[in-house]
Amino acid sequence: MNDYFNFEQLHLDILKEIGNIGAGNAATSLSQLINRSVSMTVPIVNIVSFDEMMEEIGGKDEVQAAVFVQATGDITGNMFFMIPPEEADIFSQLMVGDETQKVSNGDEIATSAFLELGNILTGSYLRAFSDFTKLDINQSVPNVAIDMVGAMLTQGLLEISTMSDQAIMIETILHDIEGFDQDIKGHFFLLPNPDAYETIFNALGVSMS
Amino acid sequence: MTQVTEVVKVGIADLNIAKHPQTIMTAGLGSCIGLILYDETSKIAGLVHVMLPDSSMARNKSFKEAKFADTGIEALLSLLEKEGVRKSRLKAKMAGGAQMFNTANSSEMMRIGYRNAEAVRAILKEHKIPLIAEDCGGNKGRTVEFLLDQSLLKIRTIQEGVTYI
Repeated sequence: MNDYFNFEQLHLDILKEIGNIGAGNAATSLSQLINRSVSMTVPIVNIVSFDEMMEEIGGKDEVQAAVFVQATGDITGNMFFMIPPEEADIFSQLMVGDETQKVSNGDEIATSAFLELGNILTGSYLRAFSDFTKLDINQSVPNVAIDMVGAMLTQGLLEISTMSDQAIMIETILHDIEGFDQDIKGHFFLLPNPDAYETIFNALGVSMS
Repeated sequence: MTQVTEVVKVGIADLNIAKHPQTIMTAGLGSCIGLILYDETSKIAGLVHVMLPDSSMARNKSFKEAKFADTGIEALLSLLEKEGVRKSRLKAKMAGGAQMFNTANSSEMMRIGYRNAEAVRAILKEHKIPLIAEDCGGNKGRTVEFLLDQSLLKIRTIQEGVTYI
């Protein structure tokens, strides 16, 4: 299947469950934060080339607002919450209560509200991941950027790229937020570093081979 | 008569060459480097999308040569040579090497954009290939397209729009 991901269906199912539990917890946090119901898609776990991964979110030069965090502790890895800038505006306006503030214009208050939103969501995701596996997972200080998908996602692929030309993409999408006509799509990308997999599977009592 | 210009697209950790009237491009460069090696006379250019500075970082035996600055530039040079391009004729332009996210974590991987640019400059110097222009660093994504007829590198960013070097 791949040069180092010698995974069976069971392993992919476990990763899918992590995506499910993580994004489920994040959806609950978002729902509480904005006081509206939020749905999410079934997680997708795919082994993809770097280019294919960028295509998943509209191509390498598609512009998205992203919050990036690093996971450290028992495992290391990277995580992104990505959303189109106009949709980030909707959230930050709900949080700040000022419609003139826009993430898409780079307004400071809106951007810091979006950063906080991303921090809360990735934090909820990683906390659920940690509870499920009983692994100690810490989240770095979050970072925000509004830029090309390719430029941003590559940051999360560097460590992986020393091992492989492919990445395991654990993707979940938040959508259908109560009260919005517009379809909202917030993507979570969880990218554990190559060495993390053995630790994750061992923690759940599943061997790698 | 209208002439449709064909664009050769280069992916991440990949390389290719183009001949006029083609152009050659790569999208969404962050910490990666888009390096163009071109011969003005024969109007042939190659582009390599470098992700990491040195192949000693590889932890697996087989990898895409274009991923690393050292193996990527070597591979592009031999591809150009096969097309009959003499190394002594080549000039270079490059863009990318940004740091998209500032983090407190000072791990080496976080300065990779800077290291990529440094590695490419050093290798070009070794090969005595003049670096005519570059647009590196900062914290912005770049999409680049090399226009072979004018030997110009067209750079598009979200904030600044289109510039040429």
